[in-house]
Amino acid sequence: MTTVNTITNPELIGFRESEAGTDAIRQLETMLLIRTFEEKSASLQAAGQSPSMCTSVGQEASAVGVMGALEAQDLILTNHRSAGHLLARGADPGRVMAEIMGRSTGYCKGKSGSLHISAKELGVVLTSTIVGGELSLAPGVGLSVSMSDSDAIVACFFGDGAASEGIFHESLNLAAIWDLPILYICENNQWQAFVHRKETMKGDYISEWAKPYGVKSRTVDGNDVESVLAAAREAVEYIRTEKKPFLLETYTYRLRGHMEPDDQSYVDKNELASWKERDPIRLMEKRLLDRGTLDHDDITVMRERAQQKVEDAVLFATESPYPSFDELTTDVYA
Amino acid sequence: MRTITATEAMHEALAEEMRLDPRVITFGEGVATKKRDLVTEFGGKRVRNTPLAEGIIAGTAAGAAATGLRPVIDLLFAPFLTFAMDELVNSAGKLRFLSGGQFSFPMVTVTMTGGGWSVGAQHNHNLEAWFVHAPGIKVVMPSTPADFKGLLKSAIRDDNPVMFFADIGLLFQPGEVPDGDHTVPLGKAIVRREGADLTLVSYAKTVHTCLAAAETLSESGISVEVIDLRSLKPLDEETVLSSVRKTGRAVIVHEASGLCGVAAEVAAVIAEKAFASLRSPVLRLTGPDAPVASSYPLEQAFIPQADRVVEAARRLMSSEL
Repeated sequence: MTTVNTITNPELIGFRESEAGTDAIRQLETMLLIRTFEEKSASLQAAGQSPSMCTSVGQEASAVGVMGALEAQDLILTNHRSAGHLLARGADPGRVMAEIMGRSTGYCKGKSGSLHISAKELGVVLTSTIVGGELSLAPGVGLSVSMSDSDAIVACFFGDGAASEGIFHESLNLAAIWDLPILYICENNQWQAFVHRKETMKGDYISEWAKPYGVKSRTVDGNDVESVLAAAREAVEYIRTEKKPFLLETYTYRLRGHMEPDDQSYVDKNELASWKERDPIRLMEKRLLDRGTLDHDDITVMRERAQQKVEDAVLFATESPYPSFDELTTDVYA
Repeated sequence: MRTITATEAMHEALAEEMRLDPRVITFGEGVATKKRDLVTEFGGKRVRNTPLAEGIIAGTAAGAAATGLRPVIDLLFAPFLTFAMDELVNSAGKLRFLSGGQFSFPMVTVTMTGGGWSVGAQHNHNLEAWFVHAPGIKVVMPSTPADFKGLLKSAIRDDNPVMFFADIGLLFQPGEVPDGDHTVPLGKAIVRREGADLTLVSYAKTVHTCLAAAETLSESGISVEVIDLRSLKPLDEETVLSSVRKTGRAVIVHEASGLCGVAAEVAAVIAEKAFASLRSPVLRLTGPDAPVASSYPLEQAFIPQADRVVEAARRLMSSEL
């Protein structure tokens, strides 16, 4: 009945169904791209050359695993910690970097900055930087989809901080009673801005909170990209078949601060060290070396390739113009 | 032309727009319960009840609006809007701009406010100026059944989030409504009564107060023009200014509290753009900086009444300020 905004450039989507070895390599490649991109952005911020951003360093497996389970038609809502989601969805690193640096060639003409990047052409339909904002918008997107002929589902990324807001409960409850095709992805990264999750909730798992609403849920090792992908595929299959929401919790860790700069002086050193041992990129590299899928030279080449892509992105961004002053008041009203 | 109430006029508007456009849907607290005829005609998917949770109602409307639907939501009483401020102001109002124009939010939020039912300050609080101050959002507040219908139809067809404030005191007032596809453009005020000596600017129920005052004043030879703003954003500056340039005197009247209210904005527009035409200072008659009491006499005393408007007009005419 209605025309839902759908992706217009499906070829831009990241890795798709393919032979398993290739899949795994592309997962690692995408995680390396995200890591390199965000660390570069942080270093540009430190050098006074870019505004701040909220990185997802340490959480790359969650973004890459979930995006790998989505189809071109699926719609995505993300949040302030979104660069990983965008790049895993196949966003152009140059346009993401340009957006972070406030340039007119960014996905939102430089008006969003790092915090609210949407990219309609990728199906990233809404991004709210208010923690919990994405949860408030998700049922409406699910409603549009469910009232159309589309077989699409809606993926909504949020964190354990947002889950502590009332709107999380309102959103899940509505999605449950209206049978909305929404994959809720709680990236439980243990930190709610500058407060550890253990200070704000009893128990350890947000997935438990879905059950009273009649929403199926599961917690998966968010640092293991293959586990995330497998769990996300199962969840997506369930949503497409049953036309009901599902909550997938990717249990992970924010290795950098809330935003740049952040000296993380408030972080328990032992906890940080133990999670660094489980760095999702190191885990995947080791696994692919052990399997013989890759050797050390391959990994060096992949790292250099990621580095080159990010250097190209920075060049594109810095050579792009800032928006003109007319943009101060354009796009306010339709 | 038929005589119907404002409530009936709104209902007609919604039904007609749902008939015209399959993307129009409606939901809220008790919407499906109260609008059984719409459920029967359009089905339970397009007419829905929701939990008593304004945040998720408004957020769902914004999400649906950005992806192809045109929701009309009922948030009941205006003070409940405080539960939906993030969704209305931060999402619906800002994400068009922040996305560089990638998304629009064609949605209407209907809410009741104003004195008349003795419901007290947590159900009666005229918050329209808050939304005038929020970028990306349009605001209307009609005074007649014809405008309730025509403005709601235009709001549903508009591609922006529109706040539709329904004055409680007017909901069951009957009035003439044109037959057929009656629309009233957003952003257009109307001159309700023509006059030469003084301009009264108002909206919602106090338009009728101003008309009554104008009648009284005419008996003593004072010719009063009455302007009904109808839309608070966009504000029809031209209709106000051309009247004030003619009369040289203006009193702005509304029920909402005065501080940073719509009257302050209208007074500023007049001062900036029609100062040379002014023959006396611009006055405001508004509700006080206080929550509204439930007690009927106090509730009514909160609202500028006709005798106060008459008295203010006489003071301006005699320049005894």
